[in-house]
Amino acid sequence: MKLDINGAVHEVDASGDMPLLWVLRDLLQLSGTKYGCGMAQCGACTVHLDGNPVRACVTPVSSVGARKVTTIEGLSPDGSHPVQRAWAEADVVQCGYCQSGQIMTAVALLQRKPHPTDSDIDAALSGNICRCGTYVRVREAIHLASRLQRGAK
Amino acid sequence: MTGSRRGFLASAATGTAGLVISFHVPNLVRAAPRAAAPSPPSPNAFLRIASDGSVTVVLAHSEMGQGIWTGLAMLIAEELDCDWSKVRCEHAPAAPVYGHPAMGMQMTGGSSSTRGEFDRYRTVGAMAKELLLRAAAARWKTTPSNLTAANGVITFGGKTLTYGDISGAAMELPPPESVQLKAPKDWKLIGTTVRRLDTPEKITGKAQFGLDVAFPGLRTAVVLRPPAFGTKLVSFDAADALKVPGVEKVVPTANGVAVVARHFWAAKLGRDALRASWSAPEGGGASTEKLLTEFRELARGDGTTVVDTGNVQGALDLAASRCEAWYEVPYLAHATMEPLNCTVKIDGDRCEIWTGTQFQTVDQAVAAHILGTTSDKVTIHTTFLGGGFGRRANPASDFVSEAVIVAQAAGVPVKVVWTREDDMRGGYYRPAYVHRVHVGLDRAGLPQAWHHVVVGQSILGGTPFEKFAVHNGIDGTSVEGIADSPYLDDTRAKHVSLHSPKTPITVLWWRSVGHTHTAFAMESMIDELAHAAGQDPLAYRLALLKGKPRFARALGTAASRAGWGTPAPVGRARGLAVHEAFGSIVAEVAEVSVEGGRIKVHAVTAVVDCGTAVNPLGIEAQVQGSIAFGLSAALHGKLTVEDGKVVESNFHDYPVLRMFEMPRITVHVLRSDGKMGGIGEPATAPIAPAVANAVFALTRQRLRTLPLRLAKEA
Repeated sequence: MKLDINGAVHEVDASGDMPLLWVLRDLLQLSGTKYGCGMAQCGACTVHLDGNPVRACVTPVSSVGARKVTTIEGLSPDGSHPVQRAWAEADVVQCGYCQSGQIMTAVALLQRKPHPTDSDIDAALSGNICRCGTYVRVREAIHLASRLQRGAK
Repeated sequence: MTGSRRGFLASAATGTAGLVISFHVPNLVRAAPRAAAPSPPSPNAFLRIASDGSVTVVLAHSEMGQGIWTGLAMLIAEELDCDWSKVRCEHAPAAPVYGHPAMGMQMTGGSSSTRGEFDRYRTVGAMAKELLLRAAAARWKTTPSNLTAANGVITFGGKTLTYGDISGAAMELPPPESVQLKAPKDWKLIGTTVRRLDTPEKITGKAQFGLDVAFPGLRTAVVLRPPAFGTKLVSFDAADALKVPGVEKVVPTANGVAVVARHFWAAKLGRDALRASWSAPEGGGASTEKLLTEFRELARGDGTTVVDTGNVQGALDLAASRCEAWYEVPYLAHATMEPLNCTVKIDGDRCEIWTGTQFQTVDQAVAAHILGTTSDKVTIHTTFLGGGFGRRANPASDFVSEAVIVAQAAGVPVKVVWTREDDMRGGYYRPAYVHRVHVGLDRAGLPQAWHHVVVGQSILGGTPFEKFAVHNGIDGTSVEGIADSPYLDDTRAKHVSLHSPKTPITVLWWRSVGHTHTAFAMESMIDELAHAAGQDPLAYRLALLKGKPRFARALGTAASRAGWGTPAPVGRARGLAVHEAFGSIVAEVAEVSVEGGRIKVHAVTAVVDCGTAVNPLGIEAQVQGSIAFGLSAALHGKLTVEDGKVVESNFHDYPVLRMFEMPRITVHVLRSDGKMGGIGEPATAPIAPAVANAVFALTRQRLRTLPLRLAKEA
């Protein structure tokens, strides 16, 4: 089947029930999207389908169809997306394992709500677990990204 | 205090069964700052300067979120006077030269990397600078004292050389016997706010964790492990597993079955299709409920004596009043975000291992033992760790040894991947503990007699470290934070004892180790005593801490910054706690409310005295993160075993703290002349008692069991 991932079309040979997560990681070597729970509980595998955040670990690859898949690797070629810049400025990461998912969820939130409140952030990001406890700085970074995006426009 | 995690040294190890390990330095907290390496470190082992001037710092410890990827590099860069923008890091291979200066073996834990390496890494930087100056002086035919160096550039008169220009010549010179380190007043980098060096790869998905290891020919394995503690594999049938497309082999492990496939999904489906029969669990299977009943029974009597001063029973009998309380904490999983995994490639008598580990020396020795080779033939590539919290420092080397066995049996390079369920049910938990505390008070309400019984499994008992770290039957990790409590200096009669029952449930250190339960018991009890005496909890504590200025200062600062003594917002109350762990003192004030019968933590004010603060930005992050980790345990964490089987399996039934529960946290790092302490763990311990004490202030319900649960009527 064909998949549109990060602006390029990939031909993959996978059974339809294989989760998109493992197609990305094991068949296409896009390992920035992480496995954390396999049951849409932790958000580490968050990618975008046509801009909407989904949990790749419970998304059968057959259900993707023609929708455009965006992974952390497709967000920017060099980490220059405003959300990534905000993440660097706020020094968010610790172990880093959940951060691809946190960032992808934050990008989707800011597309929907360019100026989110703390409550908006809590609601949107509570599906993304971070065991290092970077939540305080994730909040700061999302507010900062909001300002950076406004500045960029 | 007796030995503890920070108290062992393994200089030689030869395998699981016959692991031969030597130990010294019972307490790194005291020993590390003076524990200079016996001979000068070799700068080339820790540092490379390329011709383009880039500086690569080789890390003897593992980056698992705690920020040593930045902090240890700062130590070298401080003395080297290089261009910080050209500094990068890499993990060291597993080799004796990278042994922990205080503990001997190569490992990461005990909140010891920065304080343990403070002298060695600065010395390396100073030595390298000296070599660069000597090489430049030789080039210009002058003496090093005529040169100046700053920001990676050496200047002599009007002439300049970059470090990159001269590094090749410098690194061929013999290292100096000794070097002079900068006085603290001359530090330019240490003590400043420095952002992390690992951010670029961690915000772009490029950082390589163990689970991301890939190379041609590598296969993925998922392992069927015992369904219960104390069971053995009797037989298995691989026929259906082998029918799954992509499954290539099914091989037995030490007590399980591995399905080896072209990718994870095939291996996982293959494992689902395995049929296996297991023996009945020994003794009918462990049950945490039954174990806790047994622990409570044990707690009624004294255990092995830890401390015995004065006549406790006599002092209790004579006390003006008495207060008794029981505290309990459950088993806990580490639940690192990255599930356990390990990649192994065997080639003749050589072996390469890729994994996120905190315990290179042990893993290397165990792998060598399995393969019948020697440690020097085992190469360990330490990847980034997707969280450690102690789970990746296992004396039993479980996830590494298993992967070596699978790769050996499969005859191909294999990455063993644990599912979340495998990880959560795989054992090695923070043990459950029961505390019984009986205190006799004088007329002023101050403790005169302290009788304390702790019941819980020994973390080090039964491991290769037992005979070195468990003294007279006392595992120091079980009682740390009680006998050395700052509150008990004037308490004349003290009796602390420990029961260490054995159970089939495997246990391990968990971020802040014994302090996770001792701080809860001590700081809850002190709060109970304050209220029993009708005194303000802060004033009561400060009265007991009058001979402990560092504790009093941390607690007093936290209280004033949190607005202690002023009314909390409507519907909220505050609670406080202060505790020392790993050489650092942390005070925390929690502000809570109860909404719909649930405890909500709105704000936490934390004050830290960790001595010299290398990177305040990193310290703030560790304190925030430790509080989040401790709040998971305070509000949610509980691992249950029934009939030998772990009940919980994933984040739906083993909840951890999520964004909507994260309080506002303010962190204040005190300027301190105190000895340098650790920072990865200490802030974990005070948060549970701070929250419980706030809940009491709000509701008058004293919650003595973690996770904290209000009575239904609240």
